[in-house]
Amino acid sequence: MSETTEIVRASLAKRYARERRFRLLGLASVMASAAFLVLLLGNILTKAWPAFTTTYVKIDVPLTPEVLRLPDAPDSEAIASARYGRAVKQAMRDLFPDVSSRSEKRALYQTVSAQAEFTVKDAVIANPELIGTTHSLWVLADDDLDTYRKSKSLQAVPEEDRRFKDFQVTWLEELSAQNRIKTSFNWVFFERGDSREPELAGIRGALAGSFYTLIVTLALSFPIGVAAAIYLESFAPRNRLTDLIEVNINNLAAVPSIVFGLLGVAVFINFLHLPRSAPLVGGVVLSLMTLPTIIIASRAAIKSVPPSIADAALGLGASRMQAVMHHVLPLAMPGILTGTIIGMAQALGETAPLLMIGMVAFIVDVPTGITDPATVLPVQVYLWSDSPERAFTERTSAAIVVLLVFLILMNAFAVYLRKRFERSW
Amino acid sequence: MNSFTDAALPATDSTATTKEAPDLDAQLAKFTGTVGNVRVDNAKMSMTGVDVHYGDAQAIHNVDLDLGKNEVMAMIGPSGCGKSTFLRCLNRMNDTIESCKVAGSLTLDGEDIYERNQDVVLLRARVGIVFQKPNPFPKSIYDNVAYGPRIHGLAASKSELDDIVEQSLKRASLWSEVADRLDNPGTGLSGGQQQRLCIARTIAVSPEVILMDEPCSALDPIATAKIEELIDELGKNYTIAIVTHSMQQAARVSDRTAYFHLGRLVEVGVTNDIFTNPTHQLTENYITGRFG
Amino acid sequence: MAISSLILLLLLLTAAAYLIAKRRALQTVGGRRNASQLNSLPSHYGALAAIWCVVPALVLLLLWGVLEGPVIDRQVAAQLDPATLDGGNVNLLLNQAQNLVASGRIDSETDPLRRGLAEHYRDLQDRSGLLRSVLAIALAVIGTAFACSRITRTLRARTRVERFMLGVLAASASVAILTTLGIVLSVLFEAMQFFREVPPTDFLFGTVWSPQTAIRADQVGASGSFGAIPLFVGTLLISAIALTVAVPIGLMSAIYLSEYAHASVRSVAKPVMEVLAGIPTVVYGFFAVLTVAPAIRRLGESIGLSVASESALAAGLVMGIMIIPFVSSLSDDVIKAVPQALRDGSFGLGATKSETIRQVVFPAALPGIVGSILLAASRAIGETMIVVMAAGLSANLTINPLEAVTTVTVQIVTLLTGDQEFDSAKTLAAFALGLMLFFTTLLLNVFALHVVRKYREQYE
Repeated sequence: MSETTEIVRASLAKRYARERRFRLLGLASVMASAAFLVLLLGNILTKAWPAFTTTYVKIDVPLTPEVLRLPDAPDSEAIASARYGRAVKQAMRDLFPDVSSRSEKRALYQTVSAQAEFTVKDAVIANPELIGTTHSLWVLADDDLDTYRKSKSLQAVPEEDRRFKDFQVTWLEELSAQNRIKTSFNWVFFERGDSREPELAGIRGALAGSFYTLIVTLALSFPIGVAAAIYLESFAPRNRLTDLIEVNINNLAAVPSIVFGLLGVAVFINFLHLPRSAPLVGGVVLSLMTLPTIIIASRAAIKSVPPSIADAALGLGASRMQAVMHHVLPLAMPGILTGTIIGMAQALGETAPLLMIGMVAFIVDVPTGITDPATVLPVQVYLWSDSPERAFTERTSAAIVVLLVFLILMNAFAVYLRKRFERSW
Repeated sequence: MNSFTDAALPATDSTATTKEAPDLDAQLAKFTGTVGNVRVDNAKMSMTGVDVHYGDAQAIHNVDLDLGKNEVMAMIGPSGCGKSTFLRCLNRMNDTIESCKVAGSLTLDGEDIYERNQDVVLLRARVGIVFQKPNPFPKSIYDNVAYGPRIHGLAASKSELDDIVEQSLKRASLWSEVADRLDNPGTGLSGGQQQRLCIARTIAVSPEVILMDEPCSALDPIATAKIEELIDELGKNYTIAIVTHSMQQAARVSDRTAYFHLGRLVEVGVTNDIFTNPTHQLTENYITGRFG
Repeated sequence: MAISSLILLLLLLTAAAYLIAKRRALQTVGGRRNASQLNSLPSHYGALAAIWCVVPALVLLLLWGVLEGPVIDRQVAAQLDPATLDGGNVNLLLNQAQNLVASGRIDSETDPLRRGLAEHYRDLQDRSGLLRSVLAIALAVIGTAFACSRITRTLRARTRVERFMLGVLAASASVAILTTLGIVLSVLFEAMQFFREVPPTDFLFGTVWSPQTAIRADQVGASGSFGAIPLFVGTLLISAIALTVAVPIGLMSAIYLSEYAHASVRSVAKPVMEVLAGIPTVVYGFFAVLTVAPAIRRLGESIGLSVASESALAAGLVMGIMIIPFVSSLSDDVIKAVPQALRDGSFGLGATKSETIRQVVFPAALPGIVGSILLAASRAIGETMIVVMAAGLSANLTINPLEAVTTVTVQIVTLLTGDQEFDSAKTLAAFALGLMLFFTTLLLNVFALHVVRKYREQYE
C-alpha cells in the first residue's frame, strides 16, 4: 500500500466529521428559515384567533317615553332623535341596581359598546311599536370585557395590571350566570370601517381601499407592461435607447419602494394636484412600482414562445405586428398573467409609498370610488399596530391573516396558471 | 457538454450516424462475447461482469477487463459505445449522477471498489482522472496543483508542498513554461497547458491509476502531441486507462487496446495486433473506417 | 357631463366610427365580394377611423384634466382684490372655496366673500365641463369624418394602424425612462430647495438631527438641525445586523438546497422561502415590534443589559429574516452557474463534497455572491416598514445595537406623513434624504448587476 493511501486513510475520519458538520450547518440554515416562518405565522395566528369572535351582552332596554324623552305622539323625526343612550344606561342600572359610585357607574355603562344605543335605535325605528315596552336586545360588549373573557392569560394577570378590574369581573360572572353573555362570529370586523373603538373597528374600508387601488394598478400596469414587453422583445431596434430602457427597467425593479412614494407626493399630489389619500394616486404609484415586475415576466413569457411560430405567420404574409398579436401574444398570455398576478400580490402588500401620499389617514367611511379618501389593508395593519389596546393587537393580527389569505390565494392562482398552461416546446 | 453524457445520450457525433449504415440488430448479432484475452497476470484493476444502467437504459453490458500494472490501456469505439461510462466507473465518478447504477465486480489491488466500506475519497486519491475538457480551478497555477495534496494533507510543510508542486509540474512537462508565474490564474493558460496543468494536478496526489477521458479532444495537434508524449512517459510509473476517439492516438500511446461497441467490449488485445490484425468483424469495420 | 359618461359616449362614438369606416371601405370597391381589391382588410379601415376618433379626444381630455385646475384657480384669484385680504391667504381661500364646492354646502350661512368665490368657482367649473364635453365630442366627430373622407381602395390602412400601434408600444416601453426621470427630477428639485436653506455640508457631515422647526421664530431650536450622519450610521447599523443574519443563513441554505438536499427536502424548503419572501414587510414590522423587540429586551434584562424598547437589534434581526430568501435565491442562481466540470475536477482528486464546495465552488462563485450581497444590502438600506415600526425616531449617533437608532427611511416617512406645509425645510429634508437613498441604492444596484453579469458571462 502506497504512502498516499496511508496518509489519506488516516485523515478520513477528521474530514468526514468536517463534512458532516458542514452539511449539518446547511440543514440548520434551512431549518432556521422554516422555524422563522413557523414562529412568525404561529405568532400571528394565535394572536389573531380571538379577533374572529366577539362578545354580545343581552340587556333589557326600557323603551318608555320618559326614559327616551319622547313626546306623547312622536313622529319619525322625534323617534330618530330620541335619547337611546339614556335607555341603555337605564338598562345597565336595572341590571346592577347596587352600583352607586360615580366611577363604577361609568364603568358599568362602558360594559357595553358605544354602539349599543344605535342598535337600540335601529330596533325602534324598524319597529316603533316597541315604544313603551321593555325590550330585550343583544348588544355588542366593550372590548375590555371581550378581551378579558377570551384570554386565559389575561385572567391570570393581577388586577392592577389589567384594564378590566375585579368588580367588573363580578359583573361579568353575574351576566354569564343570567345567560346574558354570548360569543358569536365577529361580523363587525368584516362589515365596518375603521374606528377608535376596537370592538367597532373593521377592515371593510381597508378592503375596499385595497380593491380600488389594485384596480387602478392593474388597469395601468397590465396594458403598459405588456405593451412595453412586446415592444422590447419583438420590435425594439438594438440601439442605445433600447439599452437605456432595459437598464432602467432593471434598476427600477430594485429602487426602494419609498422612493416611489416621494415621486408620488412630488408629482401627483404637489404638481398635478390629484386628491390626497385617494386610491387613484395610490394605484398610479403602485403601478409604476409593479411595472418592472410585469415587464420582466412578460418578456420572459414572450421569449419562451419559439420564433418558429412567428416565422410561420410571417411566411404566410402576415405583418410583424399581426404575427405578434395573433400568435405570439396569445401563447405568451399564461406566463404574462402569472407575472401580473405576482406583481399585483406585491402591490397588495406594499405599504411605504402609500404612507407618503396620505393613505395613512384615519378614515371611518368605506370608500366607494377611486377618488374617495381611503386606506389599504397593509396600511390599516400599520395604523392599528400603534394602538395600545390588546383588542387592537388582536385585530391587527386578524387583518394580517386576511391579507395573507389574499396573498396566498393570488399566488396559488398564479401557480395554478403556470401549471395548467405550462408548455414545453 | 460533459464527456460522461456521451454514453447515455444518442450519438452526437455526425460521423457516427452517417457512416453507421448497418442496422444495430445486425451488428449485435455478430457479437458473441469478447474476443481476445481480457485478463493479465499482474492486474492492477480487475473488472468482471460490469453492467451499468442509466435509469432504464443499459449503457454497459457484462464487461470483463483487467488493467495491468504500469500498462497504458486505450479504450476506443464509436460515440455512445460506453467507453467513457466504463472509464468513469473505475473511480466511481458516476456516483455523482443519481440515476446511474453500476453492477458487477470492480477491484483495485483485489479490493472491491464498490463495496460498502470502500471509501470513495480514498479511491479517487488512488485512481485519479483527467477530463475531456481542461477544467482548471479558478485559482493560481500553484493552488491548482497544491489543491489535492492540501485536501488530503499529503505535505507536512510549505517546502514539502512546494516540492510536490514542482515535481508534479515537471512530470507534466509544464514546469519550464510556468515556473516564473505560479501565482497567475490557471485559467489564463492555453488549452494544452491547462490540460497538462490538470494532469499535474492529478499526479500531485500520487495516484496509482490515472484515468484519462479523451484528454486531447479539445486540443490542437501540437498540444495533443505534447500530451501524448507525456502519457508515454507517465506510463512507465502509472497504470493508465485512456479513452480516445483517435485510433492513431491509441496506436501511439497504448500497450493494449479495448474496442467497445454499443456498450459491449468487443475485442481486447495488444495494441499492435488490434490495429494490424483485428480478429472481430466489428473491430475491423471500425479500424478500417467503415464507421466511426 | 360627468367624465365617466363622457368617456362612455366617446367609446360609443369610436365603435360607430369603426363600423362606418369599415362599411365605407367596402363600398369603395362595391361590396364584400370585392374586399380583396382593398389594400388592407376592411377592419383595418375601421380601426384607423376609430383611432382618429378617440385619440385626439382623449389627448384633449388629458390636457384638460391637468390644466383645468390651475387655470380656474388663476381666474378666481384674479377676481380677488388683494387689498381686502389680510395677508397672503389667497391659497387658503381658494382651498376653502374648492371644499365648499366639493361638499355642495353653499348656503346662506357661508360668509359672502367665500360664497362669492365658491359660486364663481362652481360657475367656472360648470362652464369648463361643458366646454370640455363639446370640444371632445367635436374632435371625435371631426376625426372620424377626416378618416372616412380619406378612405380609398389604395389607402394603406394596415400600415398606418400598425405604425400607430408601434408608437403606443414604444411609448409604453419608455414609461420606464419617464419614471426614472420623474424620480430623479422630483427628488433633485425638492432637494435643491432644501439645500438652499441648509448647506449640503451641514446635511452630509452634521452629527445632530432634530428637524423640528419651531412655529414661532423666538422658540428654542427655531432653525432645526439637519445633520444626517446619525441617520446614515443608524441605517448602516441596522443593515449590517440584517446582513449578518441573512448572509450566512441565506448562503448556507442555498448551498444546502442546491448541493445536498434531496428533491423531497427541496420541495418543502422552496415554498418556505417563497412564502418568507412574499410576506409583506408591514407584517414583519408588526412581528418585530410586538414579539421580537420585547423578547430581546427581556433577554437583555435577564443578563443585566439595558436594552432600548426599540433597539436596532430587533429591527435588524427581523429585517435579516426578511432578506434570507432574497440572499438564498440569488446565491442559488450563482452557485448553479458554476460549471459541473469544476466540481468533477475536485471530486476526481478525491475531495469530499464540503471540500469541493468550500474550496472550489465557493471561490468560483464569489463574485456572483458578492453581487448578491450588494443587492441584499441595497434592499436592507431601502427597507422602510420594519424600521418605521420597530426602530426609533430618536437620532442617536451610536453603533450599539441595543440602543434605539433611526434610519433614513424612517425619517422620510416621519417628515412626510401628517399635515405639513409643503415648502418647509422639514418636509424638503425628506427629499434630500430620498436623494441620498435613491443614489446609494442605484449605485449599489448598478454595480451589483454589473458584477453578477460579468460573472455569468465568465461561465457561458
